[in-house]
Amino acid sequence: MTATRFQRRPAVARLLAGRRDLLVVSGLGAPSYDVAAAGDHERNFYLWGAMGSAALVGLGLALAQPKVPVLVVTGDGEMLMGLGGLATVALRNPGNLSIVVLDNGLYGETGGQESHTSGPTDLRAVARGCGIADARTVTSETELAALATRAHAPGNGTVFARIPIDPAPLPRILPPRDGVFLKNRMRSALGLSPL
Amino acid sequence: MAEAGKTESLGWPAAIHAALRKHDVRQVAYVPDGGHTELLQRVHADPAMTPVLLTSEQEGVGVVTGAWLGGQRSALVMQSSGVGNCVNLLSLVRLCQLPFLALVTMRGEWGEFNPWQVPMGSTTAQAFALMGVQVQRAETPDEVAPVMQAACAMAFEGGTPMAVLLAQRLIGAKEFLK
Repeated sequence: MTATRFQRRPAVARLLAGRRDLLVVSGLGAPSYDVAAAGDHERNFYLWGAMGSAALVGLGLALAQPKVPVLVVTGDGEMLMGLGGLATVALRNPGNLSIVVLDNGLYGETGGQESHTSGPTDLRAVARGCGIADARTVTSETELAALATRAHAPGNGTVFARIPIDPAPLPRILPPRDGVFLKNRMRSALGLSPL
Repeated sequence: MAEAGKTESLGWPAAIHAALRKHDVRQVAYVPDGGHTELLQRVHADPAMTPVLLTSEQEGVGVVTGAWLGGQRSALVMQSSGVGNCVNLLSLVRLCQLPFLALVTMRGEWGEFNPWQVPMGSTTAQAFALMGVQVQRAETPDEVAPVMQAACAMAFEGGTPMAVLLAQRLIGAKEFLK
């Protein structure tokens, strides 16, 4: 993997730039910090645990709000813990769902141990094999811009994108971690009551 | 996916489906299970419900979370052997205080020929209890409707995480050895 590696925070900021109605679910660890670093937002739901569930939370949300774009931003370690979920996503294939994996090949939260994607595992191929037809690896700024455009505009099916990122650790930007607050905040932004 | 031959008087799976309809459940996440066959056929045939087939029960806790974030009520349908797969993920239910409803057919507790079902089947209620999910059981067909009504009210009106255990005696022990 000597191809282009993106800096994680500018890449995430690029994906979120100019957001309007976009709903964002971020996976445990650095992706939640990256999404927070781009600016906390009432339409962000940060996962601080429940590892492996980010894409599935995105699926349930996308099915419930079919006209609103939903973006999941997670990491390779988090995604690896829920690979079966990609098959579950593919079966429903909501066009308003985008799943972006920031792939540094490391378990950053636990000290930087190499993950399977530093070895033989190709998450784009996994997503493709699970049936997500539009599964990409982003290799240029142009492709990143195209992904951002697609993430904000529902299309014909779910998009999966793997973004190779620089493995250097960054300072943590901690978003709120009160689950009830985050849940009610997103629901309120959608015009929904707490219960 | 409704099939011919299912036209006999409405049984307990129909009672479950009716309760889900009454309480406006819109997403049904499930891992296939023999005891839930008729319910799942009814869900697939119901245009008001979106079935979400899972590869593992734990995925369903994520789907349920997303559904509620987006304004839809949901249910998670599985067999008792899948409850153990959900334990860590149930932290979502607890921390976010979701109106969670699980419908669980029991194995390993009544005439079970497969001993590998017993460890999880005999501890299903405790696994839910560990994570703060309230458990109700239905032992007979007549109990299903009132138990569902109570569980749906607690889950969706009260916000209490609920699991309904459908006893193996209700469903009948699985017979492989004919």
